[in-house]
Amino acid sequence: MRGIITVIGKDKIGILAQISGICAEYGVNVVEVTQSILQNMFCMIMLIEIEKANIPFTEFAEKAKKIGEEQSLVVHVMHEDVFNSMHRI
Amino acid sequence: MINTRDILETINMIQEENLDIRTITMGISLLDCADSDIDKACNKIYDKICKKAEKLVKTGEDIEKEYGIPIINKRISVTPIAMVSAASGGDPVKYAKILDKAAKEVGVNFLGGYSALVQKGFAAGDEKLIRSIPEALAVTDRICSSVNIGSTKAGINMDAVRLMGQIVKESAKLTKDKGLVGPSKLVVFCNAPDDNPFMAGAFHGAGEPDCVINVGVSGPGVVRAAVSKIPDADITEVADTVKKTAFKITRMGQLVAKEASKRLGVPFGIVDLSLAPTPAVGDSVAHILEEMGLEQCGACGTTACLALLNDAVKKGGVMASSHVGGLSGAFIPVSEDAGMIDAARNGVLSIEKLEAMTAVCSVGLDMIAIPGDTPAEVIAAIIADEAAIGMVNSKTTAVRVIPAIGKKDGEEIEFGGLFGVSPIMKVSTASPAKFISRGGRIPAPLQSLKN
Repeated sequence: MRGIITVIGKDKIGILAQISGICAEYGVNVVEVTQSILQNMFCMIMLIEIEKANIPFTEFAEKAKKIGEEQSLVVHVMHEDVFNSMHRI
Repeated sequence: MINTRDILETINMIQEENLDIRTITMGISLLDCADSDIDKACNKIYDKICKKAEKLVKTGEDIEKEYGIPIINKRISVTPIAMVSAASGGDPVKYAKILDKAAKEVGVNFLGGYSALVQKGFAAGDEKLIRSIPEALAVTDRICSSVNIGSTKAGINMDAVRLMGQIVKESAKLTKDKGLVGPSKLVVFCNAPDDNPFMAGAFHGAGEPDCVINVGVSGPGVVRAAVSKIPDADITEVADTVKKTAFKITRMGQLVAKEASKRLGVPFGIVDLSLAPTPAVGDSVAHILEEMGLEQCGACGTTACLALLNDAVKKGGVMASSHVGGLSGAFIPVSEDAGMIDAARNGVLSIEKLEAMTAVCSVGLDMIAIPGDTPAEVIAAIIADEAAIGMVNSKTTAVRVIPAIGKKDGEEIEFGGLFGVSPIMKVSTASPAKFISRGGRIPAPLQSLKN
């Protein structure tokens, strides 16, 4: 199963490292990363694979969200199907 | 990978524009629970609901977390209880109490189906159940009730209309110290759908399978935001934008419905693609109409805007889901919609305008507070008018009015939570008593010579 992490917030040093850090910690494989600055907001999107993750997806999502909150970033971890079903026929 | 813009659009819809799945509703047939002994029937009902819906709430919560889409309500609809109580006789309130207990046990916030279908006449159990509605709604917390008093094929049962006028009033009197919850959980329908997942009018029709999952999507905020991005577009483009947005919203509902049905091992029924407003800021159907170019909802042009909106929502949604059903369209519940509340407060939106709007929206006169001293026959006549619109136009219409006991027009009542606040609307005081007292049936309308 694949998921998508989105990180939105003020740009600062180490965001990428932190998020990819927890991915590594919980055995989540990062497949692809794109990042850009939109209207002064940092915006990063990661495609992840969670087959080999050592914790359940929902728990991982909670942890990522919490790390985001500590850094005043908005982090979402969502199932890839949400985007596929909405934007592809 | 899916493109960045699309991903951010989805996130934005959920984060900023209140996109959510309004309800996962499990329909459960209770036909096999009927018994000549009312206590045995109650036991069977309790056991069946607890068994079928055991994992409903948990599954909803799991899907919510995993997919990151808020799923606001998990609910149950059951076979109209009048059908079950016909077999047993006895006091139908017993059924309401056991249903309430089962709803609390499985953790759903509402259970609909304390209902009777009497469009052509009263069968065994029907009248008794209808007369018990005020008590049933007063002694339970989570039960919702509905009565179908008319249809395009059967006409309108005016005896039932007269009775429902009294029932609505009595229901308000019995719950006047409980925030008038009685009438806010009671819907009087014409052409009631069998598979509607939305409360308070949900019930599990007789032609439905044993158990089924129906999902209601929402998202007035998303549609409003989409329309606000094209301030100078012509109406064709507005309709297209609404259509595309409705498509996206419905896809989300379809995904959740499919997943819930798979996890629960229960067949997928329908997605109801309704725009259901809440009192939350930015979650208003009235604001969509205003975004289209009205100064305030209720202005001349409101009916036309609503017709466009309702139709475009359906057109977009139908393509997005394999099965569409329920009420599908735009709801206009006054107390649950911030824009409608404002319009009613300013006197721009009247009950007469709302009645016109119900000819083109998906339901009817919904969550409207009326003066507490409104006579029962006036309420019955409101029901008759609304049912006539539904009957002639082959659409669902409904009445959920709240007689605000002890209050007059111009004052306000607060229901709290999703039910919101409502200014009390002025109702014509000319008496329809003679018409209502006649009883009988309005014959079914002609289906040709449509002019």
